[in-house]
Amino acid sequence: MASQIQGAITGIGELKPVRYSEGKTTLSLIAESVRLAIQDAGISKEDIDGLLVGPQVGETPQHVPATVSEYLGIDPTMSNTVDLGGATGPGMIWRAAAAIQAGMCETVVCVLANKNEKGETLRSPNRNPIREFDVPFGASGANTSYALLKRQHMEEHGSTQEDFARIAYWARKNAQLNPDAIFYNKPVEVEGILASPMIADPLHLLEIVMPVAGGAAVVVTSAEKAAEGKHKPVYLKGAGEKITHRAVSQAPSIDALPFNYSIPRALEQARTNVEDIDLFSLYDCYTSVVATTLESAGLCKPGEFGEFVKNHSFGHDGDYPLNTHGGQLGFGQADLAGGMSHVVEAVHQLRGEAGNRQIPNAKKALVTGNGATLSETTALVLGGEQ
Amino acid sequence: MSQHPNISLPSPTITPVSQPFWEGIQAGHLSLQQCDRCEQWVFYPREHCPHCFHDSLTWKKASGRGRLKTWSVIHRAGHPAWQEHTPYVVGVVVLEEGPSLLTHVLVDETDLTYNMKVEMEISEIGPHPLPFFKKQEETI
Ligand SMILES: [Zn+2]
Repeated sequence: MASQIQGAITGIGELKPVRYSEGKTTLSLIAESVRLAIQDAGISKEDIDGLLVGPQVGETPQHVPATVSEYLGIDPTMSNTVDLGGATGPGMIWRAAAAIQAGMCETVVCVLANKNEKGETLRSPNRNPIREFDVPFGASGANTSYALLKRQHMEEHGSTQEDFARIAYWARKNAQLNPDAIFYNKPVEVEGILASPMIADPLHLLEIVMPVAGGAAVVVTSAEKAAEGKHKPVYLKGAGEKITHRAVSQAPSIDALPFNYSIPRALEQARTNVEDIDLFSLYDCYTSVVATTLESAGLCKPGEFGEFVKNHSFGHDGDYPLNTHGGQLGFGQADLAGGMSHVVEAVHQLRGEAGNRQIPNAKKALVTGNGATLSETTALVLGGEQ
Repeated sequence: MSQHPNISLPSPTITPVSQPFWEGIQAGHLSLQQCDRCEQWVFYPREHCPHCFHDSLTWKKASGRGRLKTWSVIHRAGHPAWQEHTPYVVGVVVLEEGPSLLTHVLVDETDLTYNMKVEMEISEIGPHPLPFFKKQEETI
C-alpha cells in the first residue's frame, strides 16, 4: 500500500456569502479569508510558509501565487495555483499535506475567494476545443453540460424529476439552520423546486447553485505541529483524485464517472468504509452531481440514488447527514470558494462546534470536490482523531 | 435550415489542426481522423492518437450517422446571441465510428428519444456552416 497521507487542519476562515460584493476586489476578499483562518489557528501571517491559491483571481490572471503573497506580505517557500475547478478546495488540502511531508514548508494556507458585482458577469473565457466545437452549437456554460448528464441518468436509469428535487429540498432544509447561508429563512418544498423555471431541460432553476461573492481559507500543518494549535486538530486521513475529461461530450458513461475511483481510494487510504462516515460533505453545484456522487460512494447501486434519497433523511439528525451547512445549493457558490465550504463545514462538525446543526459524535467526514462536468474529482476523508 | 442569419452567433475558432474538419463541412460531409496504427477514430481533431499515442492520423470521410446519447432543451442560453433562438435542443451524438460530439439537434422536443438514430445536416444558422444533426431518414 502507498505511504499514508498525513496532515491536519488547524484553522478555517469563511466569509458570509453575499449576492453582490460592491467595492471589493478578489484580492481583498482573499486577504480577509486568510486573516480569519490564521486568527482561528492562533498564528500570525509570518508563520505562513506555504500558499495555495486558485486560478481565476479577477485582478491577476497570471502569477497568482506571487501577487497574493505580495498582497498579504508573506514570502512562502512553497506556492502554487491549483486548477481543478470545483475540486480545487479539497485538491489543495492533500497537496498542502504532501508539500509539508516533502519538507518544503510547515504551515500552508489554502485560499479561494471571489467577488461578484452587479451587472458584471465574470465568465471564464472558453478556449479550444470547447470554444470551437461546443459554443457554436448553442452549448455554453455549465447548465447545459449538467443538464445533459441529468438527462442521461433519467433515460438510462429511469430516475425522476422528484428524485433530483429531493436533493435540492434537503440542501434548502439544512440551510435553515445556518444563518450564513444565502437561502437562510427561505425554505422550499419539492413542489416549489419542480415549479421553478426550466433553465436547461431537465434542469430547473432551483437545482442550480446561486452565484455569490465570498471566500474561504484553510490552514494545514503537520499532524505533530497541529497538536500545539488552539483547536482540536482535524486530521487528513485519506485522499483520492481522478481526472477523466474536460468537455461533457467526452465524458465516460454515467456509471463510470471519475468519483468511482477517487471516493473508494480516499476511503481505502483512511482504512474506513462508507457506512462508517458520519458526515457527507458532497460537492453540489447541481442536484445531478449529488445523485451520481451518492452512487459512486457506494451508498446505493448505480442508478438507484432516487430510492436512496426517498428512504433516508439527510439533516444533522438524520441517518445520513449530508451537507449540513446547506450545501452550495443552500449556502451559495462563491465560485471556487464554494467547493471549500464543504471542507469548512466538515471541520466545524469534527471539532464539535456546529451549534444547532451539530451531528452527535461526529468522527469521520467524507468531503468531495468536482470540477468542469464531473471531470476533475477529489475526495478526502477527514477525522477528528489521529 | 434557418432563415435568420445572425452575425453575433459565435463561429468556430478554427486551428491549423482542425482546418480539414471545417473544409469537409464546407464541402457537405463529416470528416474524422483515423489513427494509422490502432485504427481507432478520433474526435476532437488532434495530432496524436489518444488511444495509442501514435503521431500519425489520417482524415477520412465519416458516415455522418450516429445515435443520440443525451440532450437538453435550452430555455436560457449560455451565450446571449443564442437567447432569441430558445427553446432549442443540443445533444451528444455517438457517431457510428465511435467518437462522440456535442451538436445542435434538429428534432422537435416531443419527438426526442434516447438512442434515436440521427444523421448530420449542414446548417447555416449563423455565419458559418455547422454539422447539426436531425432524425435519420428511414431507408428502404
Ligand atoms: Zn492509435
